[in-house]
Amino acid sequence: MPKKPITFVLNGAERAAFADPGQNLLDFLRRGVGDLTPKYGCGQGGCGACTVLLDGEPVLACLTLAEAVEGRRVDTVAGLGGPAPHPLQEAFMAHFAAQCGYCTPGMLMSAKALLDRNPRPTREEVIEAISGNLCRCTGYEPIIAAILSAAASGARP
Amino acid sequence: MALHRGRGFAAVNYPIGMNLGGDPSQALVHANPDGKFTVTLSSIDLGQGMKSVVRQIAAETLGVPVEDVYVDTADSDTGPHCMGSFASRGTHRVGNAVIQAAQEARAILLEAAAEELEVDAADLVTDGEGNIHVRGTPARTITVMAAAQAAQFRQGRTIAGRGIFLIPLSDVDPETGEMTPVSCFAHAAMLVEVEVDDETGEVRVLDMKSAYEVGRALNPKLVEQQLRGGAWMGMSHALWETTEPCYPDRSHRPVDFTHYLMPGPGDLAPHHISILERPAPDGPYGGKGPGEMCANPVLPAVVNAIYDAVGVRIDELPATPEKILRALKAQGGARPKRRL
Amino acid sequence: MSDSMIEFRKDLFADERDDRLTVIGKPVRRQDILGHVTGRSPFFDDHLFEGLLHLRCARSPHHHARIRRIDVTEAERSPGVVRVLTGRDVPCNLNTLLSLLDFGIDDEPVLSGERVRYMGEPVAAVIAESEAAAREGAAKVRVDYEPLPHVLDVEEAIKPGAPVVLDIYPGNRFICHGKYDHQKLRFGDVEAALRTADYVVEGRYQMSPIEQAPIETCGAIAAPETNDRYVCYTSTQALFFSLATTSKVLRLPSSRLHFIGGTVGGGFGGKVDSIHEPLAILGAMLTGRPVKYAWDREEEMQVGGPRGAERWYITDGVMRDGRIVARKFVGYFDSGAYTRLTSYAIMKAVGHLPGPYTIPNVYADVYCVFTNRTPATAMRGFGITGVDFAIEAHMDKVAEVVGMNPIEFRILNSYRDGDMKAHRRIAKNCALIECCQVVAEKAGVALSPEAKRASSRQGGGGERAQLPPRTALDEKGRVEGFAAHGYARKGHRRGAPDTPVRPSPEPAFARTSSALPARDIASKPPSTAGAPPQPAPARAAPSQPPLPSPPSGPAPRAPIRFSSISGLRRR
Repeated sequence: MPKKPITFVLNGAERAAFADPGQNLLDFLRRGVGDLTPKYGCGQGGCGACTVLLDGEPVLACLTLAEAVEGRRVDTVAGLGGPAPHPLQEAFMAHFAAQCGYCTPGMLMSAKALLDRNPRPTREEVIEAISGNLCRCTGYEPIIAAILSAAASGARP
Repeated sequence: MALHRGRGFAAVNYPIGMNLGGDPSQALVHANPDGKFTVTLSSIDLGQGMKSVVRQIAAETLGVPVEDVYVDTADSDTGPHCMGSFASRGTHRVGNAVIQAAQEARAILLEAAAEELEVDAADLVTDGEGNIHVRGTPARTITVMAAAQAAQFRQGRTIAGRGIFLIPLSDVDPETGEMTPVSCFAHAAMLVEVEVDDETGEVRVLDMKSAYEVGRALNPKLVEQQLRGGAWMGMSHALWETTEPCYPDRSHRPVDFTHYLMPGPGDLAPHHISILERPAPDGPYGGKGPGEMCANPVLPAVVNAIYDAVGVRIDELPATPEKILRALKAQGGARPKRRL
Repeated sequence: MSDSMIEFRKDLFADERDDRLTVIGKPVRRQDILGHVTGRSPFFDDHLFEGLLHLRCARSPHHHARIRRIDVTEAERSPGVVRVLTGRDVPCNLNTLLSLLDFGIDDEPVLSGERVRYMGEPVAAVIAESEAAAREGAAKVRVDYEPLPHVLDVEEAIKPGAPVVLDIYPGNRFICHGKYDHQKLRFGDVEAALRTADYVVEGRYQMSPIEQAPIETCGAIAAPETNDRYVCYTSTQALFFSLATTSKVLRLPSSRLHFIGGTVGGGFGGKVDSIHEPLAILGAMLTGRPVKYAWDREEEMQVGGPRGAERWYITDGVMRDGRIVARKFVGYFDSGAYTRLTSYAIMKAVGHLPGPYTIPNVYADVYCVFTNRTPATAMRGFGITGVDFAIEAHMDKVAEVVGMNPIEFRILNSYRDGDMKAHRRIAKNCALIECCQVVAEKAGVALSPEAKRASSRQGGGGERAQLPPRTALDEKGRVEGFAAHGYARKGHRRGAPDTPVRPSPEPAFARTSSALPARDIASKPPSTAGAPPQPAPARAAPSQPPLPSPPSGPAPRAPIRFSSISGLRRR
């Protein structure tokens, strides 16, 4: 089957690349487009390491077809922050909310989706927002603290 | 049918390193001409913070700001040998190797500074902010950068150091088990409070109170990362995890995270940590490895708490609802002990 | 809501600590944290290669089976498949991970060709243009299996007549020191002490296998590099372990290997086994293209070595006042189908017994048992977590029997500076009592004045520093046909040991002298402890079938060592 051209907006910039038939968004972003920030953790939709935002909503890139992003907006950690870190990134650094760092990109995108729609979440809302993102290192507590602290800082880029 | 609360306790020690195979690690340290240092290793950072703790150890030993040290690992073309990141050995073994390498580099740095200042190197001290001065005479000073430049372009010195830390292999006696298994021990005690539902068999960890003795908390936040994450893993081992739920039968094996269960962010228990620091005589600045022992006391503390709550002993992990219900049935219902 | 907190008890052991340090003790941010939060930290899979191929293994569906034939023709014809590897393609298709430490007999093929010993064992590796094509190709590898009886339980496995997992270990037990089918710990006379105890408390404890579950699965990418070398990006936890294993298995000098790693998405012990690097590099050698071999999550969970299961039996003798006078262990580590690291785990466990307590009589028989399941490997707490669970669950029961508060019971029996430990070294730098006291205080558990006053730095040594007046020894589990040098060097006989004398880093042995009963050993310095090396009965045990030999190729060279060599072994 022929490859299919996909045009979409990645982190604010228009991009075009070819996708294999049936290729998932994670593989497409990493190998087709060269954005290596979403991570493969299970390919089963079970760990959240590949979480990206599709039109602002968190999706699991491993369970999303590349073709589904045609004409849409995809955001990854590569677009988070600019010359200075995003408040969430700053909070993750300050709270030691990453150890191996492998779940961090997905965790940050789930957190961003939460704060974008709910700038002042409760602890329970934070927990719910990241409950699809597995972390094996931290025991989650520093991650929850970092997200709450970023929300409290109120800074929005 | 009711919820029952119970408390359980456990205490452990943990051996640092793996003497039984012979346990070396090496490190190289060198300065750029502007007085910034690189530590070169082949040790692995798998999240425990190897790069970060070694960076602090090197900065402390060299007497320079931590920002002026960068740790480069692990490229087999440049990094010298290391056994690997396991057995809680990294901080202890690699840290000691880095101290040795940094001491050698520091000595040459001070010789270079001494030549520029026309003093004896033994009279020089570093201020940890990038300066070297004569002890008691802060006015007679040279920056680390100037000393490094002089070493490179005027004196022809290499500001570099090599380090190795080796715990030689300890044999094991076949008859008695006599051996030197480790060089030091970390310690922990843990009290866990649980709530057991005698209708569903579910256990919820409500609270953890711990004390961990780590030699020295070389970086208190890195230590906290290990202890908090490790205790979470211990809770997970106690109540959730196994690849073979019907062990030794191999059926019903999980192949994804919807069947291989771990506590999520909604299952956490507050964890009150106390850190004790009794420096290890042979540890880098007294440090031991906190990375492995942190989970261990949680497993037995949880089953002891279940017994305290409902009076059944769960001697096979994980303590799943099925096991608890079967034990409660055999006992004829919950019999709270409330011993602790 | 969370009221999790952390405190530093700087008041404790303050006199042993110089806290006037500049950088040490400071909460400096992680060097790698900016890379982590920007997604730029370079994990092994974050390296793009043009023309990358993907490797996937065809695996055994049986617990135990003889392989009559492997037919890869259909797989080779599958769309996108570039090459199919079998055991014949692996230059040295038999290894044991700890051969690098002179610790065990080579027992595990990279790709099995004659027999499979666990469900999921790889028999062929399919290299294809895409992951999907590799998966499809792997499904087309046809293997004619003859299923064999299998054994899955450790205690079933050591019964006479049980199916033999590895022919080199006919009793399904690893052979320690060429002499016994288990590792012994003998300290004092446990049976005599149990007879004098006021109470005897028994328990049986079981841990099931546990998956390390790093969020990044285990893998490697290899590619031909300039100057006839191979570069390998790897998730290994031990760079030179993986490099040396590859060097041995592929018979390549390390100078032709360039390993790059160091940034790993969690390990927890599951990334030590060096399984991916050799096959990825072999694939790159045979195709001339970059090859990635990584586990998917299902393989990570069921094919990747877990924390092995352990079963422990503990018998304690305790006095009415709460003093434990005897503790006996029988432990079974489920090694699965191959040795990997379990031979080491049992030694480490034995060195840990009887836990952080001073008990005058301790006995242990600890077995590394082979079964037809996924080989076990390291995990956080390796060799210790399982037995600590058993010990501390047991301590709770014993405390109840003697009617003591569980914390106070630990403090009473805790080891202290100067105490003789069961592995015959003096305890130092202890802090268990203080940990217990701090937790009791925080939890509002009332301790007796004695328990509150207790200290790791006081009350130890003296009589507690003495070796037992006599230690009961035995020949239980004696085997023949295994050489004494190395921990299990079958049929390999060496010359006289040339062990150089090196200074001991641990001069902590109590030098005492006491009468020496005829059969048992008495206290003596470590240099003479234990029996003299037993020469191996030359070529004994004729019933042993030969090892499956690797396919033709140059004779194996001496192992390449990146760690200690047996010539440095010393007591």
